[in-house]
Amino acid sequence: MLDLLLCRIWVPVRFLLEVDLITLLILPSLFHSGTSHCFCTSSMASFSAYQGSCPYIKSILLLDSEGKRVAVKYYSDDWPTLNAKLTFEKSVFTKTQKTNARTEAEITMFENNIIVYKFIQDLHFFVTGGDNENELILATVLQGFYDAVGLLLRGNVDKREALENLDLILLCLDEIVDGGMILETDANVIAGKVASHSVDSSAPLSEQTISQALATAREHLTRSLLK
Amino acid sequence: MAQPLIKKDDDRDDEADYSPFLGIEKGAVLQEARVFNDPQLDPRRCSQVITKSLYLLNQGETFTKVEATEVFFAVTKLFQSRDLGLRRMVYLMIKELSPSADEVIIVTSSLMKDMNSKTDMYRANAIRVLCRITDGTLLTQIERYLKQAIVDKNPVVASAALVSGIHLLQTNPEIVKRWSNEVQEAVQSRAALVQFHALALLHQIRQNDRLAVSKLVTSLTKGTVRSPLAQCLLIRYTSQVMRESNPNTATGERPFFDYLESCLRHKAEMVIFEAARAITELSDVHTRELTPAITVLQLFLSSSKPVLRFAAVRTLNKVAMTHPMAVTNCNIDMESLISDQNRSIATLAITTLLKTGNESSVDRLMKQITNFMSDIADEFKIVVVEAIRSLCLKFPLKYRSLMNFLSNILREEGGFEYKKAIVDSIVILIRDIPDAKESGLFHLCEFIEDCEFTYLSTQILHFLGNEGPKTSDPSKYIRYIYNRVILENATVRASAVSTLAKFGALVDSLKPRIYVLLRRCLFDCDDEVRDRATLYLNMLVGDGSVVETGKDVKDFLFGSLNIPLINLETSLKNYEPSEEAFNIDSVPKEVKSQPLAEKKAPGKKQSALGAPPTAPTSSSDAYERILSAIPEFSTFGHLFKSSAPVELTEAETEYAVNVVKHIYDGHVVFQYNCTNTIPEQLLEDVMVVVDATEAEDFSETASKPLKSLPYDSPGQTFVAFEKPEGAILGKFSNVLKFNVKEVDPSTGEAEEDSVEDEYQLEDLEVVAADYVLRVGVSNFRNAWEGMGPDCERVDEYGLGVRESLAEAVSAVINILGMQPCEGTEVVPNNSRSHTCLLSGVFIGNVKVLVRLSFGIDGPKQVAMKLAVRSEDQAVSDAIHEIVSSG
Repeated sequence: MLDLLLCRIWVPVRFLLEVDLITLLILPSLFHSGTSHCFCTSSMASFSAYQGSCPYIKSILLLDSEGKRVAVKYYSDDWPTLNAKLTFEKSVFTKTQKTNARTEAEITMFENNIIVYKFIQDLHFFVTGGDNENELILATVLQGFYDAVGLLLRGNVDKREALENLDLILLCLDEIVDGGMILETDANVIAGKVASHSVDSSAPLSEQTISQALATAREHLTRSLLK
Repeated sequence: MAQPLIKKDDDRDDEADYSPFLGIEKGAVLQEARVFNDPQLDPRRCSQVITKSLYLLNQGETFTKVEATEVFFAVTKLFQSRDLGLRRMVYLMIKELSPSADEVIIVTSSLMKDMNSKTDMYRANAIRVLCRITDGTLLTQIERYLKQAIVDKNPVVASAALVSGIHLLQTNPEIVKRWSNEVQEAVQSRAALVQFHALALLHQIRQNDRLAVSKLVTSLTKGTVRSPLAQCLLIRYTSQVMRESNPNTATGERPFFDYLESCLRHKAEMVIFEAARAITELSDVHTRELTPAITVLQLFLSSSKPVLRFAAVRTLNKVAMTHPMAVTNCNIDMESLISDQNRSIATLAITTLLKTGNESSVDRLMKQITNFMSDIADEFKIVVVEAIRSLCLKFPLKYRSLMNFLSNILREEGGFEYKKAIVDSIVILIRDIPDAKESGLFHLCEFIEDCEFTYLSTQILHFLGNEGPKTSDPSKYIRYIYNRVILENATVRASAVSTLAKFGALVDSLKPRIYVLLRRCLFDCDDEVRDRATLYLNMLVGDGSVVETGKDVKDFLFGSLNIPLINLETSLKNYEPSEEAFNIDSVPKEVKSQPLAEKKAPGKKQSALGAPPTAPTSSSDAYERILSAIPEFSTFGHLFKSSAPVELTEAETEYAVNVVKHIYDGHVVFQYNCTNTIPEQLLEDVMVVVDATEAEDFSETASKPLKSLPYDSPGQTFVAFEKPEGAILGKFSNVLKFNVKEVDPSTGEAEEDSVEDEYQLEDLEVVAADYVLRVGVSNFRNAWEGMGPDCERVDEYGLGVRESLAEAVSAVINILGMQPCEGTEVVPNNSRSHTCLLSGVFIGNVKVLVRLSFGIDGPKQVAMKLAVRSEDQAVSDAIHEIVSSG
């Protein structure tokens, strides 16, 4: 009998969804619409401003040519579980895989996410943001990430090289975006910050113990022998 | 000879699959992490192990609590090493592990040392790590350093501190707000990104102070902002300020518009686009204002960069919804985008064209789209179908070619969502364009002949049952319907039987033939199909002879079900088979608000904040159970409605109190939910003293104090009033009275002696909306017509100056407290008029339907026509009184 009822009211059931005011506020797509700010209570306002007025990166993904993770970073809790993340990555990958994003960054949109992407060799770079985000800002972040990785890997940008230098890739991600806020978009600066791999210059040599010095010497020796 | 060849092949396979992390295992990596404890650290080795663990975490592996703690403690040892690279990895690892509060203490001193290091890289990173893992108490210790860092001459350090400030503002606003001066100084920084971060933080600190934001915008738009990102931010803030301030009514000039326009000439595309978008989104934007923005976007349309084309066409698409004429200049560029490589861009171009096209261009467009449809994905097709639907509603005369298009694509391959969008569109066209009915129904009939989706078949059959009998020749549909009974699965067969019955009930000439067909269904192998056939046969035929269809039968077949299905489902589940039959009247009619917890906003959890407080579930069932358990209230009868909690205290005061109003036929019960937020106090004998001098019709009958209210565990106290029947309004003032006992926070023990104290609460009103239940109807038009004009009352009201139409609509909905129907509570952006449909049940179980028509004119004067239909003239009047007094 429930089936009968279901079929009887099928058309309007779509409209019955109750749109609560708070839901309205939370829906990011409505932030810009000019209707939301009139309901803003003080407690919600802080949050909406955080989301609505600041460029906000939701995730950065680096996948391989089969859609598997090389390195990913999520800044939004739109995807609370590992499964949700993997599903998202899979759909991002399948939706973009046939396109040719090798010379210019490409862009698409689904499920209220804007996705800008660029491919090189067997690596797929993605940056995603909410549907109200300035597309060009996302593209700038993508370009910064893409170029910085190119610099760090000295032009040999492929999956193998990326995995062998995963530490650099992870540091690079860490320098581009912090908790969704854009930290830096200039590839040279990003790469410069990541690549400064040297012994802390501020530590005077005298502070090193004999054993530490020996260890360093030994390391240098083995490295030169292995060359 | 063969041997080396194979070897070579092997090599190449290795090459393809090679990964430094091949076969990596968590257990092994955790074992390896022991090198962190070596007295002589090998930085390279340690870095590698950290990279491996980060790789595992990145692939979705998780560490157990114990493992994470172990790794964390091991990692802290690495602070001994002076290797910069290793230190960076240590920072990353600590952030990744997000240690608990007691673990944080271990690294605090190391991080604080790094924060004051001479190496900029250490300072910047240590700040970010420390702010990520810190809590309020620690923050006060390091606040001094952070303030210094904000104005550090190294931009990386300043940015690190500012960004951390942005995150901390969510958790520790009062501390971050003290940094205002330093942040202000940083806004003037020469470094582009420092300026951007400083501006973002400064705005967030001041965002609740409109005047301050406005001042900030005024000073900065005069031009000291260099970074494009900061410029984008400033544009956003400016348009916020513009939205909140009224344009100069005499000249129509807006403040700051010149600034936005000047940004259209900025050298960074990012800024140009942000400004163009901001202009198009201004409320009530004038065509004159739009033109420069549209021109810029038009240039972007022919850019070589896909991102730029996409951004432009997406914005123009939005503009086309409200100002189609403004976009027509771009039509030629837009048409060339239909063949764009990027299908998202092509789809947006098509849908924009569909919105801006005039009647004469429809046919040409449809031709272009037909070629285009075959090579795009379903999700894009859905967008196109929706655009075509609105085009058809705009140009009803063109229904023939558009309906043909829809029926053609309905026959092609496609997934469920796509087919559903097409069917929905055809249904809407049939409903709104009478001429299209016959051909539309025919297309739907054709479709169900070969439809693989049970859900769509049943939908269409149901729709056929409602619309088919009213056409000129109903008999031609019977064949299609009966074919379903023969060919389809049980669900479709069952709805086909219902559809047949509807034809039989409405078309007398068909009745004998339907009778024969239904008789055949009695031999169906499925229970539901047989049951329905039996039921309908009895209804249509009665005592054996074919008779006139009675009103009851029509009501049963065509009437709407005005009970939320979810409530019906719970009631049926709770029903235990007994002598007493299930009574549909016992099902609650209140539409339950959806739990908010699932709609948790994105990005809220920036640092490890813990879960946001879950919204109190205001289920009326739960209330009824609580109330009926209290003997004083058990005699009040059926609980009509419980309001949403109303806050009686400001946020963050000593005692938080909110009230829920429970309405009975002859009583009102106030349920005060109190929370004690002072750890050093225990409250006893908590009660609310209510002064009802401004509510003469109410008299207090009972009060139920709360025995004790310890820190942070909410409790309830109740006060009940007697009132005459009907919707009686009143205002009450409240004072919270209680005895305070001091509590030693360390032991949790309360002292013996207590002090009497009281706490003034805000006033509480019983308003008309408390007497109306939010009850939806499934088909408003049917319900409206069914109610008849006997008890209709129509009047017009001026609502004065309002911020926007949407604000006026939501204000009226709130005053009435009724359920919006069919999504009419959403007002499209920039529309000048709007109709909103509401339904509800008034106290005394009287159904009420309301039709609100709004109009807004230039200086934001809103006028409203209110039409009320109900089962009782007095109730219709009462609704009007609510509005005229509200």
